[in-house]
Amino acid sequence: MDYAASFALIAPELVLTISGLVLLLVAAWGGDKASRMISIAAAVSLGGAFALAAPAVCTGATGLDTMAFGDLFRADAYANLAKLMIFAAAGAVLVVAPRFFTGIGEMRAEYPILVVFAALGMSIMVSATNLLTLYIGLELNSLAAYVLAAFLRDDERSAEAGLKYFVLGALASGILLFGMSLVYGFAGTTNFMGIAEAVQGDLSTGMLFGLIFMLAGLAFKISAAPFHMWTPDVYEGAPTPTTMFFASAPKVAAVALLARVMMEGFGTQVDAWRQVVIAAALLSIIIGALGAIGQTNIKRLLAFSSINNVGFILIGLAAATVTGISAMLVYLAIYVVMTVGSFVAVLLMRDAEGNQVEGISDLAGLSTTRPALAAVMAMLMFSLAGIPPLFGFWGKFVVFEAVVQADMLALAAIGIAASVIGAFYYIKVVKIMYFDEPAGTITGEGDTPHWALLFICAAIVSPLGYLLTPWLGELADGAAASLMLPA
Amino acid sequence: MIGIEHYVVVSSILFVMGVLGIFLNRKNIIVILMAIELILLAVNINLVAFSAFLGDLTGQVFAMFVLTVAAAEAAIGLAILVVYFRNRGTIAVDDVNRMKG
Repeated sequence: MDYAASFALIAPELVLTISGLVLLLVAAWGGDKASRMISIAAAVSLGGAFALAAPAVCTGATGLDTMAFGDLFRADAYANLAKLMIFAAAGAVLVVAPRFFTGIGEMRAEYPILVVFAALGMSIMVSATNLLTLYIGLELNSLAAYVLAAFLRDDERSAEAGLKYFVLGALASGILLFGMSLVYGFAGTTNFMGIAEAVQGDLSTGMLFGLIFMLAGLAFKISAAPFHMWTPDVYEGAPTPTTMFFASAPKVAAVALLARVMMEGFGTQVDAWRQVVIAAALLSIIIGALGAIGQTNIKRLLAFSSINNVGFILIGLAAATVTGISAMLVYLAIYVVMTVGSFVAVLLMRDAEGNQVEGISDLAGLSTTRPALAAVMAMLMFSLAGIPPLFGFWGKFVVFEAVVQADMLALAAIGIAASVIGAFYYIKVVKIMYFDEPAGTITGEGDTPHWALLFICAAIVSPLGYLLTPWLGELADGAAASLMLPA
Repeated sequence: MIGIEHYVVVSSILFVMGVLGIFLNRKNIIVILMAIELILLAVNINLVAFSAFLGDLTGQVFAMFVLTVAAAEAAIGLAILVVYFRNRGTIAVDDVNRMKG
């Protein structure tokens, strides 16, 4: 094993580890006074990790050269593309978090550090090619995430969100772990490629149980139905920047991880897991759409929206082809942009004193009081609903195209029909903003970083985003190819 | 003679008890933390038994990692529980209902 080469491959993770540990010391010495400086340093280190992960995506790195530490870790184009999305989303969180927490007098130095550690955990997850690496990455992410959810120590809802997330997250980890122990026992190895060799031919009952338990545990983490019940509560109770984080980065990481386990470890047993993924996908789309209808809190609404979107992402995985995985990655990238944009818009909903407002009814008549915010919000909602010519449509289009190519017409038909239900509640938000009497609660001013972030997201979501499609498609194809052609 | 299947049966029973402990328990959140530990220990029995059965050390190494992470998880769980208790003054499961769902 060549350590120098291995360390070069884990450079993004090394940057995050070292900066996380150093910043922890700075936080211990400097206290909360240093929180602003730590936020900036954490964002810079995420930017550095982003820059280190980018070359592998552009060159489509694949093969044995991308393996680090024997069989534990792989930094191929697929993992690095997911890392780019994760680091970008985490960086966006660090941009909006200081304003939110300073506003309520709760800005503490630990927040950016926890975000860095969570991002580190996620980047280990997407690179894992061994059950052990997978588990360590997943837990590093989850443990940081539990604390992020309960970060407002004096807020009942935040504490409750943290508690619920902890209990259900720990249960999910337990289920996943039990599945992994069975897979290890019946395959005799924890390495994905070794598992792939062991599962040739018919699956033994124990292996099938292991596979189903692993699927269930990972479905919890991506909040796919029927394991979605924690999502609305946690998203509502957690501080809004944390919710934005949960809705974006961990979804990318867990979906990318799920796809790698399934394609690399169980790639020869597609029929064994495809039905489960299809069932979870359709249930997520329908439950996400129906559950959102009666909501009065915008964060709860976006929680159901994320359940709904995970369904479409899983449809790409269900195709189990290079096109399917590539479509899944394209959808994930667009989804991250739309989610970050929506939550930045939610963060800009402030009353005259600068307090956050979360009720959907408070949005009434926003088009007359804050036309710019209303227009961007409407665009994001239409995009999440997948209405052309906005960019959200492209994600749904490539996913369904991949499914049709894989001869799964029924799934495509049901999925498209169900996405129409989803359009209902997105359009309801637009209707409230444009056609209801102004409620006059959202009067607070925004600040430059929020508007800049919102503007970037809006530009990508707008029809201008289609200029990115050749480039995004090429990167996603390269990444998917690197996943499907193991060394 | 005790074979590998006995270990798997015991660990499966422990696992199911842990899961039921989370879902059926209506009293106390501490009990939920204990149920989570039970799940992790069931996994450890599985890992060590398979490791011995296969003559492969990976399972035992894995079990050590699980133990370490379980300790961190319990610490964070209890910390969140303390924060929750300070806010609400109760740790009864039925009172965790500030948000519907």
